[in-house]
Amino acid sequence: MKFTEEHEWLREEDDVIVVGITEHAATQLGDLVFVELPSVGTEVVKDDEVVVIESVKAASDILAPIDGEIVEVNEALVENPGLVNEDAQGDAWFFKIKPSDPSQMDDMMDEAAYKKFVD
Amino acid sequence: MPDLLKTPLHGLHLKLGARMVPFAGYDMPVQYPLGVMKEHLHCRARAGLFDVSHMGQILIHPKSGDLRDAALSLETLVPADIAGLSAGRQRYGLFTNPEGGIEDDLMIANRGDHLFLVVNAACKAADLAHLQAHLPDSCTITPVTDRALLALQGPDAEAVLARIVPDVATMRFMDVAVIDSPFGPLWVSRSGYTGEDGYEISVADDQAEAFASALLAEDAVEAIGLGARDSLRLEAGLCLYGSDLDTATTPAEADLGWAVQKVRRSGGAREGGFPGADRILPELASSPARTRIGLRPEGRAPMRPGTVLYASPDSDTPIGTVTSGAFGPSIEGPMSMAYVATDHISPGTLIFGDVRGKRLPATVTKMPFRPATYKR
Repeated sequence: MKFTEEHEWLREEDDVIVVGITEHAATQLGDLVFVELPSVGTEVVKDDEVVVIESVKAASDILAPIDGEIVEVNEALVENPGLVNEDAQGDAWFFKIKPSDPSQMDDMMDEAAYKKFVD
Repeated sequence: MPDLLKTPLHGLHLKLGARMVPFAGYDMPVQYPLGVMKEHLHCRARAGLFDVSHMGQILIHPKSGDLRDAALSLETLVPADIAGLSAGRQRYGLFTNPEGGIEDDLMIANRGDHLFLVVNAACKAADLAHLQAHLPDSCTITPVTDRALLALQGPDAEAVLARIVPDVATMRFMDVAVIDSPFGPLWVSRSGYTGEDGYEISVADDQAEAFASALLAEDAVEAIGLGARDSLRLEAGLCLYGSDLDTATTPAEADLGWAVQKVRRSGGAREGGFPGADRILPELASSPARTRIGLRPEGRAPMRPGTVLYASPDSDTPIGTVTSGAFGPSIEGPMSMAYVATDHISPGTLIFGDVRGKRLPATVTKMPFRPATYKR
Protein backbone atom coordinates (compact mmCIF):
# COMPACT_ATOMS: atom_id res chain seq x y z
CA MET A 1 0.00 0.00 0.00
CA LYS A 2 1.16 3.55 -0.83
CA PHE A 3 0.12 6.76 0.88
CA THR A 4 -0.13 10.42 -0.17
CA GLU A 5 0.26 13.64 1.77
CA GLU A 6 -3.44 14.18 1.03
CA HIS A 7 -4.14 11.20 3.34
CA GLU A 8 -5.15 8.79 0.60
CA TRP A 9 -4.08 5.17 0.34
CA LEU A 10 -3.49 3.34 -2.93
CA ARG A 11 -3.54 -0.43 -3.30
CA GLU A 12 -2.66 -2.32 -6.45
CA GLU A 13 -5.30 -4.85 -7.49
CA ASP A 14 -4.50 -6.60 -10.77
CA ASP A 15 -3.87 -3.73 -13.20
CA VAL A 16 -5.96 -1.10 -11.39
CA ILE A 17 -5.34 1.01 -8.30
CA VAL A 18 -7.88 1.05 -5.46
CA VAL A 19 -8.05 4.43 -3.68
CA GLY A 20 -9.41 5.35 -0.28
CA ILE A 21 -8.70 7.70 2.62
CA THR A 22 -6.64 6.72 5.64
CA GLU A 23 -7.98 5.86 9.08
CA HIS A 24 -6.16 8.94 10.33
CA ALA A 25 -8.06 11.11 7.84
CA ALA A 26 -11.39 9.48 8.69
CA THR A 27 -10.82 10.11 12.39
CA GLN A 28 -9.91 13.74 11.77
CA LEU A 29 -12.95 14.29 9.55
CA GLY A 30 -15.42 12.78 12.02
CA ASP A 31 -18.60 10.95 11.01
CA LEU A 32 -19.17 11.09 7.26
CA VAL A 33 -22.71 11.92 6.16
CA PHE A 34 -22.41 12.40 2.39
CA VAL A 35 -20.30 11.00 -0.43
CA GLU A 36 -20.46 12.06 -4.09
CA LEU A 37 -18.55 9.76 -6.44
CA PRO A 38 -17.31 10.40 -9.99
CA SER A 39 -18.83 8.67 -13.02
CA VAL A 40 -17.19 5.48 -14.20
CA GLY A 41 -15.23 6.24 -17.35
CA THR A 42 -14.10 9.70 -16.23
CA GLU A 43 -10.54 10.53 -17.29
CA VAL A 44 -8.75 12.31 -14.47
CA VAL A 45 -5.38 13.91 -13.96
CA LYS A 46 -3.49 14.06 -10.69
CA ASP A 47 -5.00 16.57 -8.21
CA ASP A 48 -8.39 16.75 -9.98
CA GLU A 49 -11.19 16.92 -7.41
CA VAL A 50 -12.90 13.59 -7.98
CA VAL A 51 -14.92 12.89 -4.84
CA VAL A 52 -16.82 15.22 -2.51
CA ILE A 53 -17.28 14.10 1.06
CA GLU A 54 -19.10 15.81 3.89
CA SER A 55 -18.56 14.97 7.50
CA VAL A 56 -20.60 16.24 10.43
CA LYS A 57 -18.17 19.15 10.42
CA ALA A 58 -17.41 20.22 6.86
CA ALA A 59 -17.12 19.39 3.19
CA SER A 60 -13.83 18.18 1.71
CA ASP A 61 -12.59 16.99 -1.66
CA ILE A 62 -10.67 13.87 -2.46
CA LEU A 63 -8.14 14.48 -5.22
CA ALA A 64 -7.08 12.07 -7.90
CA PRO A 65 -3.70 10.79 -6.65
CA ILE A 66 -2.56 9.84 -10.17
CA ASP A 67 -3.60 10.23 -13.83
CA GLY A 68 -5.92 7.63 -15.28
CA GLU A 69 -9.47 6.47 -15.89
CA ILE A 70 -12.05 5.81 -13.16
CA VAL A 71 -13.09 2.20 -13.79
CA GLU A 72 -15.21 1.46 -10.71
CA VAL A 73 -16.73 3.38 -7.78
CA ASN A 74 -17.92 2.13 -4.39
CA GLU A 75 -21.67 2.83 -4.56
CA ALA A 76 -22.11 1.39 -1.04
CA LEU A 77 -20.62 4.60 0.35
CA VAL A 78 -23.38 6.73 -1.16
CA GLU A 79 -26.01 4.87 0.87
CA ASN A 80 -23.81 4.44 3.93
CA PRO A 81 -21.11 7.14 4.22
CA GLY A 82 -20.47 6.00 7.81
CA LEU A 83 -18.68 2.94 6.42
CA VAL A 84 -15.66 5.21 5.89
CA ASN A 85 -15.44 5.74 9.66
CA GLU A 86 -15.79 2.02 10.33
CA ASP A 87 -13.38 0.58 7.78
CA ALA A 88 -11.46 3.37 6.04
CA GLN A 89 -8.58 1.20 4.86
CA GLY A 90 -10.70 -1.84 3.98
CA ASP A 91 -14.26 -2.00 2.61
CA ALA A 92 -14.61 1.78 2.38
CA TRP A 93 -12.53 2.33 -0.75
CA PHE A 94 -13.81 5.19 -2.95
CA PHE A 95 -12.83 4.37 -6.53
CA LYS A 96 -10.59 2.25 -8.72
CA ILE A 97 -8.42 3.94 -11.28
CA LYS A 98 -6.63 2.51 -14.31
CA PRO A 99 -3.33 4.40 -14.20
CA SER A 100 -1.94 5.96 -17.36
CA ASP A 101 1.47 6.47 -15.74
CA PRO A 102 2.08 4.02 -12.88
CA SER A 103 5.47 5.63 -12.21
CA GLN A 104 3.56 8.50 -10.51
CA MET A 105 3.30 6.16 -7.52
CA ASP A 106 7.03 5.60 -7.21
CA ASP A 107 7.69 8.53 -4.89
CA MET A 108 4.69 7.93 -2.62
CA MET A 109 5.11 7.04 1.03
CA ASP A 110 4.97 3.52 2.36
CA GLU A 111 3.05 2.79 5.55
CA ALA A 112 5.98 3.51 7.86
CA ALA A 113 6.70 6.82 6.16
CA TYR A 114 3.02 7.82 6.29
CA LYS A 115 2.87 6.99 10.00
CA LYS A 116 5.82 9.26 10.56
CA PHE A 117 4.18 11.93 8.38
CA VAL A 118 1.02 12.11 10.53
CA ASP A 119 2.73 11.86 13.91
CA MET B 1 -3.47 28.23 22.22
CA PRO B 2 -2.03 29.54 25.49
CA ASP B 3 -4.70 32.22 25.91
CA LEU B 4 -7.76 29.97 25.84
CA LEU B 5 -9.89 29.94 28.97
CA LYS B 6 -10.79 26.68 30.67
CA THR B 7 -14.07 25.70 32.28
CA PRO B 8 -14.07 23.90 35.66
CA LEU B 9 -14.70 20.67 33.72
CA HIS B 10 -11.67 21.05 31.42
CA GLY B 11 -9.71 18.30 33.18
CA LEU B 12 -12.68 15.96 33.00
CA HIS B 13 -13.02 16.52 29.23
CA LEU B 14 -9.38 15.54 28.76
CA LYS B 15 -9.83 12.47 30.96
CA LEU B 16 -12.83 11.46 28.86
CA GLY B 17 -10.72 11.69 25.69
CA ALA B 18 -12.47 14.70 24.19
CA ARG B 19 -11.17 16.43 21.11
CA MET B 20 -10.82 20.06 22.17
CA VAL B 21 -11.34 23.13 19.99
CA PRO B 22 -11.28 26.87 20.61
CA PHE B 23 -14.83 28.20 21.01
CA ALA B 24 -15.72 31.73 22.15
CA GLY B 25 -12.31 32.04 23.78
CA TYR B 26 -12.57 28.72 25.64
CA ASP B 27 -10.90 25.37 25.05
CA MET B 28 -14.05 23.26 24.62
CA PRO B 29 -14.87 19.62 23.74
CA VAL B 30 -16.21 19.33 20.17
CA GLN B 31 -16.65 15.59 20.51
CA TYR B 32 -15.78 12.65 22.74
CA PRO B 33 -14.64 9.21 21.53
CA LEU B 34 -18.28 8.24 20.83
CA GLY B 35 -18.35 10.74 17.92
CA VAL B 36 -20.83 13.42 16.90
CA MET B 37 -23.40 11.13 15.29
CA LYS B 38 -23.66 8.66 18.17
CA GLU B 39 -23.55 11.44 20.78
CA HIS B 40 -26.50 13.11 19.06
CA LEU B 41 -28.53 9.90 18.89
CA HIS B 42 -27.66 8.97 22.47
CA CYS B 43 -28.94 12.31 23.74
CA ARG B 44 -32.26 11.76 21.95
CA ALA B 45 -32.53 8.14 23.17
CA ARG B 46 -31.26 8.39 26.76
CA ALA B 47 -29.50 11.46 28.20
CA GLY B 48 -26.57 13.70 27.32
CA LEU B 49 -24.42 15.86 29.58
CA PHE B 50 -23.08 19.13 28.15
CA ASP B 51 -20.55 21.53 29.63
CA VAL B 52 -21.96 25.00 28.96
CA SER B 53 -19.86 26.72 31.61
CA HIS B 54 -18.49 29.08 28.99
CA MET B 55 -21.87 30.81 28.90
CA GLY B 56 -22.37 33.90 31.01
CA GLN B 57 -24.37 33.81 34.25
CA ILE B 58 -25.48 37.18 35.59
CA LEU B 59 -27.54 38.20 38.63
CA ILE B 60 -29.61 41.39 38.75
CA HIS B 61 -30.79 42.54 42.19
CA PRO B 62 -33.11 45.53 42.75
CA LYS B 63 -31.70 47.84 45.43
CA SER B 64 -35.26 48.67 46.49
CA GLY B 65 -35.93 45.01 47.25
CA ASP B 66 -38.88 45.16 44.83
CA LEU B 67 -38.23 42.78 41.94
CA ARG B 68 -40.57 44.75 39.69
CA ASP B 69 -38.00 47.59 39.66
CA ALA B 70 -35.34 45.26 38.24
CA ALA B 71 -37.81 43.70 35.78
CA LEU B 72 -38.94 47.08 34.44
CA SER B 73 -35.30 48.19 34.15
CA LEU B 74 -34.39 45.09 32.14
CA GLU B 75 -37.43 45.70 29.93
CA THR B 76 -35.69 48.86 28.68
CA LEU B 77 -33.09 46.56 27.03
CA VAL B 78 -35.13 43.43 26.25
CA PRO B 79 -38.46 43.42 24.39
CA ALA B 80 -39.95 40.64 26.55
CA ASP B 81 -42.57 40.68 29.30
CA ILE B 82 -40.25 40.46 32.31
CA ALA B 83 -42.46 42.26 34.83
CA GLY B 84 -45.11 39.63 34.10
CA LEU B 85 -42.76 36.69 34.60
CA SER B 86 -43.80 34.76 37.72
CA ALA B 87 -41.38 33.79 40.47
CA GLY B 88 -39.81 30.43 39.65
CA ARG B 89 -40.24 30.87 35.91
CA GLN B 90 -37.84 31.52 33.03
CA ARG B 91 -38.33 33.08 29.61
CA TYR B 92 -36.31 33.51 26.39
CA GLY B 93 -35.41 37.08 25.46
CA LEU B 94 -33.28 39.24 23.18
CA PHE B 95 -31.00 42.22 23.69
CA THR B 96 -31.86 44.57 20.81
CA ASN B 97 -29.97 47.54 19.40
CA PRO B 98 -31.27 50.95 18.23
CA GLU B 99 -31.38 49.71 14.61
CA GLY B 100 -33.67 46.85 15.64
CA GLY B 101 -30.96 44.18 15.37
CA ILE B 102 -30.22 41.49 17.94
CA GLU B 103 -27.16 41.93 20.20
CA ASP B 104 -27.64 38.56 21.92
CA ASP B 105 -30.29 36.05 22.88
CA LEU B 106 -30.61 35.00 26.50
CA MET B 107 -32.62 33.28 29.22
CA ILE B 108 -34.15 35.39 31.99
CA ALA B 109 -35.31 33.75 35.23
CA ASN B 110 -37.35 35.26 38.04
CA ARG B 111 -35.83 33.89 41.24
CA GLY B 112 -38.15 35.68 43.66
CA ASP B 113 -36.05 38.60 44.83
CA HIS B 114 -33.70 38.84 41.84
CA LEU B 115 -33.33 37.99 38.15
CA PHE B 116 -30.87 35.42 36.81
CA LEU B 117 -29.67 35.67 33.22
CA VAL B 118 -27.82 33.16 31.06
CA VAL B 119 -26.16 34.73 28.00
CA ASN B 120 -23.97 33.50 25.14
CA ALA B 121 -20.27 32.97 25.81
CA ALA B 122 -19.09 35.13 22.91
CA CYS B 123 -21.34 38.01 24.00
CA LYS B 124 -21.02 37.87 27.77
CA ALA B 125 -18.50 40.69 28.24
CA ALA B 126 -20.49 42.97 25.93
CA ASP B 127 -23.77 42.01 27.60
CA LEU B 128 -22.39 42.77 31.02
CA ALA B 129 -21.06 46.15 29.89
CA HIS B 130 -24.42 46.87 28.22
CA LEU B 131 -26.30 46.08 31.44
CA GLN B 132 -23.88 48.13 33.54
CA ALA B 133 -24.12 51.09 31.16
CA HIS B 134 -27.87 51.17 30.76
CA LEU B 135 -29.54 49.80 33.86
CA PRO B 136 -30.21 52.49 36.42
CA ASP B 137 -28.31 52.73 39.69
CA SER B 138 -31.29 51.03 41.33
CA CYS B 139 -30.02 47.61 40.16
CA THR B 140 -26.95 45.66 41.24
CA ILE B 141 -25.46 43.63 38.40
CA THR B 142 -23.26 40.73 39.42
CA PRO B 143 -21.47 38.42 36.99
CA VAL B 144 -21.31 34.91 38.41
CA THR B 145 -17.70 33.82 38.01
CA ASP B 146 -17.48 30.91 40.46
CA ARG B 147 -20.07 28.53 39.06
CA ALA B 148 -20.07 26.00 36.24
CA LEU B 149 -23.12 25.43 34.04
CA LEU B 150 -24.13 21.96 32.86
CA ALA B 151 -27.00 20.80 30.69
CA LEU B 152 -28.53 17.35 31.12
CA GLN B 153 -30.81 16.66 28.18
CA GLY B 154 -32.86 13.75 26.91
CA PRO B 155 -35.70 11.41 27.91
CA ASP B 156 -33.77 9.94 30.88
CA ALA B 157 -32.66 13.33 32.24
CA GLU B 158 -35.46 13.55 34.79
CA ALA B 159 -34.90 10.08 36.24
CA VAL B 160 -31.14 10.59 36.44
CA LEU B 161 -31.18 14.03 38.04
CA ALA B 162 -34.05 13.10 40.41
CA ARG B 163 -31.83 10.41 41.96
CA ILE B 164 -29.59 13.23 43.20
CA VAL B 165 -32.23 15.93 43.72
CA PRO B 166 -35.76 14.41 43.80
CA ASP B 167 -37.47 17.81 43.65
CA VAL B 168 -36.57 18.29 39.98
CA ALA B 169 -39.15 15.67 38.94
CA THR B 170 -42.06 18.02 39.63
CA MET B 171 -40.62 20.96 37.70
CA ARG B 172 -42.24 21.90 34.37
CA PHE B 173 -40.59 23.25 31.23
CA MET B 174 -39.08 26.69 32.01
CA ASP B 175 -39.47 26.33 35.79
CA VAL B 176 -36.44 27.40 37.83
CA ALA B 177 -35.46 26.48 41.39
CA VAL B 178 -32.52 26.59 43.79
CA ILE B 179 -32.20 23.14 45.34
CA ASP B 180 -29.81 21.88 48.03
CA SER B 181 -27.82 18.82 47.04
CA PRO B 182 -24.75 16.82 48.08
CA PHE B 183 -22.92 19.13 45.63
CA GLY B 184 -24.10 22.31 47.30
CA PRO B 185 -26.99 24.47 46.12
CA LEU B 186 -27.88 23.76 42.50
CA TRP B 187 -29.52 26.45 40.37
CA VAL B 188 -31.79 24.32 38.22
CA SER B 189 -33.97 25.21 35.26
CA ARG B 190 -36.05 22.72 33.31
CA SER B 191 -34.86 23.85 29.92
CA GLY B 192 -32.07 23.41 27.43
CA TYR B 193 -31.20 23.88 23.81
CA THR B 194 -31.68 20.49 22.20
CA GLY B 195 -35.46 20.20 21.82
CA GLU B 196 -35.35 17.49 24.49
CA ASP B 197 -36.79 17.57 27.96
CA GLY B 198 -34.00 18.23 30.42
CA TYR B 199 -32.29 20.66 32.74
CA GLU B 200 -29.62 23.29 32.91
CA ILE B 201 -27.83 23.22 36.24
CA SER B 202 -25.49 25.81 37.72
CA VAL B 203 -23.14 24.32 40.32
CA ALA B 204 -20.25 25.76 42.32
CA ASP B 205 -16.89 25.48 40.48
CA ASP B 206 -15.34 23.30 43.16
CA GLN B 207 -18.24 20.80 43.01
CA ALA B 208 -18.63 20.75 39.24
CA GLU B 209 -16.40 17.80 38.41
CA ALA B 210 -17.81 15.65 41.23
CA PHE B 211 -21.35 16.51 40.14
CA ALA B 212 -20.64 15.85 36.45
CA SER B 213 -18.91 12.57 37.33
CA ALA B 214 -21.91 11.45 39.40
CA LEU B 215 -24.17 12.07 36.41
CA LEU B 216 -21.78 10.35 33.98
CA ALA B 217 -21.62 7.31 36.28
CA GLU B 218 -25.22 6.60 35.27
CA ASP B 219 -25.61 4.15 32.36
CA ALA B 220 -28.06 6.50 30.68
CA VAL B 221 -25.66 9.43 30.49
CA GLU B 222 -22.94 10.18 27.94
CA ALA B 223 -20.88 13.35 27.62
CA ILE B 224 -21.86 15.33 24.53
CA GLY B 225 -19.64 17.83 22.72
CA LEU B 226 -20.28 21.01 20.79
CA GLY B 227 -20.57 19.10 17.49
CA ALA B 228 -23.70 17.22 18.55
CA ARG B 229 -24.97 20.25 20.45
CA ASP B 230 -25.12 22.03 17.10
CA SER B 231 -26.98 19.28 15.22
CA LEU B 232 -29.38 18.83 18.18
CA ARG B 233 -30.26 22.53 18.36
CA LEU B 234 -30.63 22.75 14.60
CA GLU B 235 -33.05 19.78 14.48
CA ALA B 236 -34.97 21.60 17.22
CA GLY B 237 -35.13 24.74 15.02
CA LEU B 238 -33.25 26.81 17.61
CA CYS B 239 -31.09 29.75 16.55
CA LEU B 240 -27.36 29.97 17.11
CA TYR B 241 -26.32 33.52 17.88
CA GLY B 242 -23.60 34.67 15.48
CA SER B 243 -24.89 32.33 12.74
CA ASP B 244 -28.68 32.66 12.59
CA LEU B 245 -28.94 35.87 14.61
CA ASP B 246 -26.73 38.94 14.57
CA THR B 247 -26.70 42.68 15.09
CA ALA B 248 -28.23 43.28 11.64
CA THR B 249 -31.11 40.79 12.05
CA THR B 250 -34.42 41.88 13.59
CA PRO B 251 -36.77 39.75 15.72
CA ALA B 252 -39.40 39.68 12.94
CA GLU B 253 -36.85 38.59 10.34
CA ALA B 254 -35.66 35.88 12.73
CA ASP B 255 -39.28 34.71 13.20
CA LEU B 256 -38.86 35.32 16.94
CA GLY B 257 -42.03 37.35 17.37
CA TRP B 258 -43.03 34.91 20.12
CA ALA B 259 -40.19 36.35 22.23
CA VAL B 260 -41.90 39.78 22.17
CA GLN B 261 -45.03 39.30 24.27
CA LYS B 262 -48.27 41.18 23.54
CA VAL B 263 -47.82 43.55 26.47
CA ARG B 264 -44.65 44.96 24.83
CA ARG B 265 -46.14 45.24 21.33
CA SER B 266 -48.05 48.09 19.70
CA GLY B 267 -51.19 48.67 21.77
CA GLY B 268 -49.83 46.72 24.77
CA ALA B 269 -49.76 48.14 28.30
CA ARG B 270 -45.95 48.46 28.25
CA GLU B 271 -45.56 48.98 24.51
CA GLY B 272 -42.03 49.61 23.23
CA GLY B 273 -39.47 51.29 25.43
CA PHE B 274 -36.59 49.06 24.27
CA PRO B 275 -33.82 49.73 21.72
CA GLY B 276 -35.06 49.59 18.12
CA ALA B 277 -38.76 49.50 19.06
CA ASP B 278 -39.60 51.94 16.25
CA ARG B 279 -38.44 49.38 13.69
CA ILE B 280 -39.18 46.13 15.53
CA LEU B 281 -42.83 46.78 16.43
CA PRO B 282 -44.11 47.88 12.99
CA GLU B 283 -42.23 44.97 11.40
CA LEU B 284 -43.87 42.48 13.79
CA ALA B 285 -47.28 43.93 12.89
CA SER B 286 -46.71 43.67 9.14
CA SER B 287 -43.98 41.49 7.67
CA PRO B 288 -40.25 41.88 7.11
CA ALA B 289 -38.57 41.76 3.70
CA ARG B 290 -36.75 38.54 4.57
CA THR B 291 -37.57 35.77 7.03
CA ARG B 292 -35.79 32.88 8.69
CA ILE B 293 -37.02 29.51 7.41
CA GLY B 294 -36.18 25.84 7.64
CA LEU B 295 -34.99 23.93 4.57
CA ARG B 296 -34.78 20.20 3.84
CA PRO B 297 -32.35 19.65 0.96
CA GLU B 298 -33.08 16.63 -1.25
CA GLY B 299 -30.54 13.82 -1.10
CA ARG B 300 -27.88 13.65 1.58
CA ALA B 301 -25.67 16.67 0.86
CA PRO B 302 -25.92 19.32 3.60
CA MET B 303 -26.35 22.94 2.52
CA ARG B 304 -23.76 24.69 4.66
CA PRO B 305 -23.82 28.27 5.97
CA GLY B 306 -23.20 30.72 3.15
CA THR B 307 -24.98 28.64 0.49
CA VAL B 308 -26.74 31.09 -1.84
CA LEU B 309 -30.40 30.32 -2.61
CA TYR B 310 -32.39 30.86 -5.81
CA ALA B 311 -36.05 30.52 -6.78
CA SER B 312 -35.26 28.28 -9.77
CA PRO B 313 -32.41 26.17 -11.17
CA ASP B 314 -31.50 28.85 -13.73
CA SER B 315 -32.31 32.14 -12.00
CA ASP B 316 -29.47 34.66 -11.60
CA THR B 317 -31.16 36.54 -8.75
CA PRO B 318 -30.38 35.26 -5.25
CA ILE B 319 -33.37 35.11 -2.88
CA GLY B 320 -31.46 34.31 0.28
CA THR B 321 -28.62 32.60 2.11
CA VAL B 322 -28.22 29.59 4.40
CA THR B 323 -27.11 30.51 7.95
CA SER B 324 -26.89 27.03 9.53
CA GLY B 325 -26.72 23.67 7.84
CA ALA B 326 -25.82 20.16 8.86
CA PHE B 327 -26.84 16.55 8.66
CA GLY B 328 -29.60 15.71 11.14
CA PRO B 329 -28.87 12.28 12.64
CA SER B 330 -32.40 11.90 14.07
CA ILE B 331 -34.19 13.03 10.92
CA GLU B 332 -31.66 11.04 8.87
CA GLY B 333 -31.09 13.78 6.36
CA PRO B 334 -29.67 17.24 5.82
CA MET B 335 -31.34 20.36 7.20
CA SER B 336 -30.63 24.07 7.04
CA MET B 337 -31.81 27.36 8.39
CA ALA B 338 -31.84 30.23 5.92
CA TYR B 339 -33.03 33.76 5.42
CA VAL B 340 -35.04 34.23 2.23
CA ALA B 341 -37.19 36.93 0.65
CA THR B 342 -40.55 36.74 2.34
CA ASP B 343 -42.44 35.70 -0.83
CA HIS B 344 -40.61 32.33 -0.75
CA ILE B 345 -41.34 31.23 2.82
CA SER B 346 -44.46 29.05 2.50
CA PRO B 347 -43.77 25.49 3.65
CA GLY B 348 -43.55 23.21 0.64
CA THR B 349 -41.94 25.83 -1.62
CA LEU B 350 -39.09 24.33 -3.64
CA ILE B 351 -36.00 26.52 -3.83
CA PHE B 352 -32.45 25.85 -5.02
CA GLY B 353 -29.10 26.17 -3.31
CA ASP B 354 -25.81 26.60 -5.11
CA VAL B 355 -23.68 23.74 -3.76
CA ARG B 356 -20.26 23.50 -5.40
CA GLY B 357 -21.60 25.09 -8.58
CA LYS B 358 -24.70 22.87 -8.82
CA ARG B 359 -28.25 24.01 -8.10
CA LEU B 360 -29.63 21.48 -5.62
CA PRO B 361 -33.31 21.48 -4.66
CA ALA B 362 -34.52 22.03 -1.10
CA THR B 363 -38.02 22.30 0.34
CA VAL B 364 -39.07 25.08 2.72
CA THR B 365 -40.05 23.21 5.89
CA LYS B 366 -41.73 24.25 9.10
CA MET B 367 -39.41 24.03 12.11
CA PRO B 368 -38.63 22.29 14.37
CA PHE B 369 -37.40 19.59 12.01
CA ARG B 370 -37.94 17.18 14.88
CA PRO B 371 -40.77 17.85 17.38
CA ALA B 372 -39.66 18.98 20.83
CA THR B 373 -40.36 16.76 23.84
CA TYR B 374 -40.55 19.42 26.57
CA LYS B 375 -42.53 18.57 29.77
CA ARG B 376 -44.97 21.47 29.71
